[in-house]
Amino acid sequence: MDATLLIALASIITAGLTISIGTVGPALAEGRAVAQALAAIAQQPDEAATLSRSLFVGLAMIESTAIYCFVVAMILIFANPFWNHFVAATGP
Amino acid sequence: MTISPDQIVWFEFGVIRINATLLFTWLVMALLALGAWRITRRLSSDATLSTGQHLLEVLVLGMRDQVRDIARQDAAPYLPFVGSLFIFIAAGNLLAIVPGFEPPTGSLSTTTALALCVFIATPLYGIRQRGWRAYFRDYLEPTPIMLPLNLVGEAARTLALAVRLYGNVMSGAVVGAILLIITPLFFPVLMHALELLTGVIQAYIFAVLATVYLAAATAAHDIRRPSTAPNPPAPDHSE
Repeated sequence: MDATLLIALASIITAGLTISIGTVGPALAEGRAVAQALAAIAQQPDEAATLSRSLFVGLAMIESTAIYCFVVAMILIFANPFWNHFVAATGP
Repeated sequence: MTISPDQIVWFEFGVIRINATLLFTWLVMALLALGAWRITRRLSSDATLSTGQHLLEVLVLGMRDQVRDIARQDAAPYLPFVGSLFIFIAAGNLLAIVPGFEPPTGSLSTTTALALCVFIATPLYGIRQRGWRAYFRDYLEPTPIMLPLNLVGEAARTLALAVRLYGNVMSGAVVGAILLIITPLFFPVLMHALELLTGVIQAYIFAVLATVYLAAATAAHDIRRPSTAPNPPAPDHSE
């Protein structure tokens, strides 16, 4: 098994693992955050503006962890430095 | 597939290379500057306002109220900086609806530049408001041992600010491209419409986070919790 095949294999599998594992945590966290925010809005509808603003900011912070995983997965697939290095070294 | 408009080169002139990011950044800047110049040429305080003046007044007043609510202080010092960030990012993301336009915020270079602006503006605002001694003492809170962690935190949030905006905008473009391969015609349009919402929300979040950082730098210790003990604060008893 030569190096390029190994790198391609590892990159693809790792990209899939990255995005699948990396979205589970933020998904659970966002579900909890939205549920709590909805409960709070139901209890205090007057504070809906403040609550939803905090909710949006919090959701963005939580979601950014999933976005990091996405960026890493995209780098692994489309801009993999090891792949580029080996392809350049071995020729097309 | 390109994951950054940096790779689309429009023309090269010696060592100067104009890529799509630069071009569209300048386009958005020119559009905003020209629009603002045209509208503010003919301001009126009559009962009848021009459409553009209405738009700008709603925008500026809305941003001022938001900044004041978030920072819990007068919005005037922050409004030019935070407002410019918001309008630039929102305009860049919204113009993605125009065919052929690559949002400049979909490039890590642009978002890093914007995040660096926030990174530099934070100590500037803090020092201007409270003096450099009071500002830099914050890094030694609660103990001087925390100094490296505070510095790392400062850098990490700048990185997070840049990657968050880049990842959100870039993911929209990538998802759109993938959907074009799988289900052409209908779903990409829906995703594109969703991208408009995401773009505005991301611009809002970027501006909110910038406001929070600036407000934390300027007023972190002005709002002291009323202590239950009536004795005057001892020098080693700080929050």
